[in-house]
Amino acid sequence: MLKMTDVKKVFRTELVETHALRDFNLQVNEGDFVAVTGPSGSGKTTFLNIAGLLETFEGGQYELDGQDVSNLNDKARSQLRNEKIGFIFQSFNLIPDLNLFDNVDVPLRYRGFNSAERKKRIEESLEMVGLANRMKHLPSQLSGGQQQRAAIARALAGQPRFLLADEPTGNLDTKMALSVLELLKTINDFGTTIVMVTHDQHLAEQAKRNIYVRDGKVSESGEVVSLENAVNA
Amino acid sequence: MFAYYLRLAFKSIKRNPILSALMITAIALGIGASMTTITVNYLMSANPIPHKSEQLFYVQLDSWSPHEPANEPNEPPDQITWTDATNLMQNKTAFRQTAMASSGGVVEPEGQDQKPFMASIRLAFSDFFPMFDVPFLYGSGWNAESDDKRELVAVISKATNDKVFGGGNSVGKTIRVVGENFRVIGVLDEWVLAPRFYDVTTGAFNETEEIFMPFYLKQDLELTNGGNTNCWKSPEGEGFQAFLQSECVNYQMWAELPTDADKAEFMDFLNSYVMEQKALGRFPRELNNRLSDVMEWMEIEEVVADDAQIMMWLSFMFLLVCLLNTIGLLLAKFTGKASEIGLRRAVGASRTDLFIQHLVETACIGIAGGLLGLGLAFLGLEGIKTLYGEFVQNLVGLDVTMVISALLLALVSSILAGMYPTWRACNIAPASQLKSQ
Repeated sequence: MLKMTDVKKVFRTELVETHALRDFNLQVNEGDFVAVTGPSGSGKTTFLNIAGLLETFEGGQYELDGQDVSNLNDKARSQLRNEKIGFIFQSFNLIPDLNLFDNVDVPLRYRGFNSAERKKRIEESLEMVGLANRMKHLPSQLSGGQQQRAAIARALAGQPRFLLADEPTGNLDTKMALSVLELLKTINDFGTTIVMVTHDQHLAEQAKRNIYVRDGKVSESGEVVSLENAVNA
Repeated sequence: MFAYYLRLAFKSIKRNPILSALMITAIALGIGASMTTITVNYLMSANPIPHKSEQLFYVQLDSWSPHEPANEPNEPPDQITWTDATNLMQNKTAFRQTAMASSGGVVEPEGQDQKPFMASIRLAFSDFFPMFDVPFLYGSGWNAESDDKRELVAVISKATNDKVFGGGNSVGKTIRVVGENFRVIGVLDEWVLAPRFYDVTTGAFNETEEIFMPFYLKQDLELTNGGNTNCWKSPEGEGFQAFLQSECVNYQMWAELPTDADKAEFMDFLNSYVMEQKALGRFPRELNNRLSDVMEWMEIEEVVADDAQIMMWLSFMFLLVCLLNTIGLLLAKFTGKASEIGLRRAVGASRTDLFIQHLVETACIGIAGGLLGLGLAFLGLEGIKTLYGEFVQNLVGLDVTMVISALLLALVSSILAGMYPTWRACNIAPASQLKSQ
């Protein structure tokens, strides 16, 4: 479903070349909940940006839902992002002067849905994250956890196949982080494939699958054996 | 989507009120200055009689010196002599035609409490009134018989009628001008010509005259010359009549020629006339007669003054400077929106979507600037009125065309100014913005 084969990404300045990804190989199957961990600068976010079609890559092949995305133009990439991918960011990225309803509405506007369809989807997704009664609130009137839930609602409104999350709990306290994680697990249970970049090993253990990135390569991949399961075994 | 973009534009303008106000003010200043000067130029160069300007022709005959042209490079004088004016009028060949001259004289009202005053006088033939669609409040112009019989009849302006007769119907009453009693046969309605095309030699934007009387009275009453009198050789003899018969030019002539054939026929007539005069020892230069329609004549006479045009170009430069400032402010504004732009890209907006969204915002700022600029232009024109007084009364005023032009200019200018900042905004790398917020 998401398949990267020998993907390369190099960042260049006048003086330095930085190889962010080197022969990056990964396949994420439908319904997966993949946690991507690794040290800072290992290439986790670069991988996520390429997976989300926010950045291009130099070599290798990337197939999303069986479609080679290497040579798509801006419009096609934007359409693919809009229809198939949802994003969750560490800093929520809600637009400050739009209320929750309008924030969730943003991706739907580019989808071309009519007003009634948009309203239905917005209300459903806000209901799912428990913010149906806050849809007229501005982001500044919500807690961090609520803002992240609103961002998740925005990502879900378009009913994407993929949810790409970059440190989704990085700005939240433990209680809120767990609540967001539970929400992600529920979303995954409904069939949405989730790829989550995180520094938090405990969070990563909650995913179905865990991969480790080092020096721009996947160095480890497989079923995660949580500490709890290991002890019981 | 347009309504959505419009809503986003208003939100964005409200989000940064000071920055938005600065941009709107910058555009408004540029538009205000430009529209003030454009309006003056536009009104100066307006067609004063659009429905027949192509049928009215100003007559020029080259009766000038054999040694040099009246005007470089080889232009005939812009007026004609008394001899030519009267000769051409005696051989009337055009559909309508009039020779004319400006003069002035003292009007002596009858009332004990009214003081005599100086009035501007236009001497013309009876065709003057129908040719130039002169509007009448009371009565009418005189007829050809009055021209020939040199009757003491007068048409007076509305202002003169108000001043001398208290605004009532004065047709049939007597008005004393230059020491003679004239019978009033017509009172003009308000007649504002901008430019006053029928005689631009005495100022294209002067008001129409206060009293009109038959042309030949110039000779009978020995009325003074108004406007410019130019001579290439001295009069042969002394006194008023000798001066009248000289080669000095002080008279204007217009002909109404409805068709091209009429024009060609009249030009043939002029050429034949000059050839006859050559045989009599006049017209030493090559045949060089001209017929110019109203707008051609305005151009030849450079009715739109050079300094007004320079002012207009300077104001365009000022608009450019204002737009450059707006570009800087838009860059700052859109840079501040980088994270929102990144987010919109991430959730599916293409570069084109964002380009249109920001162009709509720029256009809104432009229209707001245009509306404020119109207010400034109005103030600017009022300022010109205050500064220059009655001389420019007819030149300053915003009509519908100018209001629409101002808004279009503001819209196009702001969109042009917004192109680069918008392009930059749309090319922001979304990944860097989303991580760095």
